[in-house]
Amino acid sequence: MTQQATQEGLSTPTSGYDPSTSIIEIDHVTKSFGSFTAVDDANFSIAQGEFFSMLGPSGCGKTTTLRMIAGFEQPTSGAIRLDGTDVSRVPPNKRDVNTVFQQYALFPHMNVFDNVAFGPRSRKASKDEIAKRVPELLEIVRLADFANRRPSQLSGGQQQRVALARALVNLPKALLLDEPLGALDLKLRHAMQFELKRIQREVGITFVYVTHDQEEALTMSDRIAVMSDGRVEQIGTPTEIYDNPASVFVAGFIGQANLWPGTVTGRSGETADIVALGGASLKGRCQSEALRSGTDAVLMVRPERITISTNDPGPTIQRVRGTVVDLTFQGPIVRLVLHTSDDTPIIANIDPDHDLPMLRPGDNVWASWSTNAASVLPASPDHPLTATDVVDEG
Amino acid sequence: MSVTDSPAVRRVGRIALIAWAVFGFIFLFTPIVVTVIYSFNEPTGKYNYIWNKFSLAAWKDPFKYPELTNSLVYSLKVAFVVTLIATVLGTLMGMAMVKYKFRAKGVLGAVIVLPLTMPEVVMGFSLLTLFVTLNWSRGFVTIIIAQVMFSVSYVATTVRARIRGFDWRLEEASADLGAGPVRTFTKITLPLIAPGVLAAAMLTFALSLDDFIITYLNSGLDNTFPIEIWNLKRSRVPTQINVFSTSLLVISVLMALLVIWQGRRRQRALDGAASASTGIGTHGLAAG
Repeated sequence: MTQQATQEGLSTPTSGYDPSTSIIEIDHVTKSFGSFTAVDDANFSIAQGEFFSMLGPSGCGKTTTLRMIAGFEQPTSGAIRLDGTDVSRVPPNKRDVNTVFQQYALFPHMNVFDNVAFGPRSRKASKDEIAKRVPELLEIVRLADFANRRPSQLSGGQQQRVALARALVNLPKALLLDEPLGALDLKLRHAMQFELKRIQREVGITFVYVTHDQEEALTMSDRIAVMSDGRVEQIGTPTEIYDNPASVFVAGFIGQANLWPGTVTGRSGETADIVALGGASLKGRCQSEALRSGTDAVLMVRPERITISTNDPGPTIQRVRGTVVDLTFQGPIVRLVLHTSDDTPIIANIDPDHDLPMLRPGDNVWASWSTNAASVLPASPDHPLTATDVVDEG
Repeated sequence: MSVTDSPAVRRVGRIALIAWAVFGFIFLFTPIVVTVIYSFNEPTGKYNYIWNKFSLAAWKDPFKYPELTNSLVYSLKVAFVVTLIATVLGTLMGMAMVKYKFRAKGVLGAVIVLPLTMPEVVMGFSLLTLFVTLNWSRGFVTIIIAQVMFSVSYVATTVRARIRGFDWRLEEASADLGAGPVRTFTKITLPLIAPGVLAAAMLTFALSLDDFIITYLNSGLDNTFPIEIWNLKRSRVPTQINVFSTSLLVISVLMALLVIWQGRRRQRALDGAASASTGIGTHGLAAG
């Protein structure tokens, strides 16, 4: 039941782009600063009209990748192609992409109109064209009445929209956004997420969006590239990444996840058998070719995919027995912590209306989930798990 | 409560502090005030040293001594050229030292303050030796070279201090929007660092007009204003010297006030912005 709701909630059909096209190609790009590798063999392409996000913690290489697309950095090796042309060595002022900077970088000595007109003027657009296009863009970002204000006389959200208009006025092949909402408070951030999506649909330009905020990436993107330590861990739609993470890092970084260490005991196609949670034999979806019988692995199940029952739900479903340790009411959900026989914690988010007798710590219950909800992931030396480790990114 | 904390002692302390500060200001400003007052003197002899009686004679005929007038014009010319060259060179140096990381940066930082700390006589003689060795006749060009040499240090250090907080991403934003390096510099960087550059230029102009030792040693036959006064001293000290000095003083004070007033206005605009950004916040959301 929660399963269906979750999937529908996440797969917001958005830009209606054509995935077969490609406007930006990142072709085996590596960027090193001295002995430090900021981006390690990034290799993907971004489609025309797509809302593409690069998501990861600070220092994962997402901003460096964006700066290479913009032209502020040059790849150490590999190539960046814009609409089929290699632009790896082309300076930023000769590239047909524009950037919305993290702190906006508006020109403080110019008013809003002149800020927006700076791009067309630099590209020697005619006076008539500027007089027509700048107000058009100010209209799109809903700042038509603010043309004569200085940036310092605007609020954070308004400055943000000036930055957007300034970067869009040249009608670039792609718009690059570097944590554009990072400086705004939570409420304004939600409003601006909405605005950004609206504007992207309106202008139909490819957006390449850098963020460390998983919720932001999930709600706005057509596709997400999750990055860690300079490597692209996984690329996919928000639903794919959430439901079917490729690694322990991705599972832990996006949403909440139960991550249980175990050992693979068998493999048939995309399904793997794993022994985990104190000797229970379980099944899960498995994409990694490296996982064979005998290898260490991690079993991942999202807390909202777990169903709790007092009676044995039967062998057709994945199930383990556990003891209730803690119950927390969290508004829309009840957060339940169970311990298995070997004290491995299981976190389950259950519906408060769920038809359960009053549970108390010490009660023995069954935790169950469908095979589809479980993923068997390669054990990661970078993200070792202990028996009590449950990643909670809230 | 100890003795030093008692209100009476603290009051005495405060009065003593104010008195000391007043004394300091008197010490600093007396020579300037005397110069201004003596521009209204009618001296009995050739030397404007002793107060005789109030007169506007010198103010009515400031250009009575052509050699003095010529020297002032010459000084202004020198100051203008030196300011131009030193400001351009020094600004670029100051910017380079803030913006870029390069190998000799530490060395350059040390070398650049050398002319500020070295005794003027030493610098003047070193330059003189150089020009004599090169067999260059002293004159306008050697004065310019000598003054640019030490002024560049002042400009570079002033500009460097003033643009420490400059947001270099503005240059990236400019390039991103399609502006080449020249357009970025003239439209973005220069207008934003202009106050610092202007302050440095004013300082250079004043230093150039004022300099005696280095200029004296490298000047040749043409005299700048300070050198002319020095030379005149043997035969006469006319009141016109005070008139020119007072005029320069008034002009420079007015310019300084203008710069301060501009700075205040700028600051007020920024402060207003800070309060506006919190105030308009909700309004911005509503508009979105």
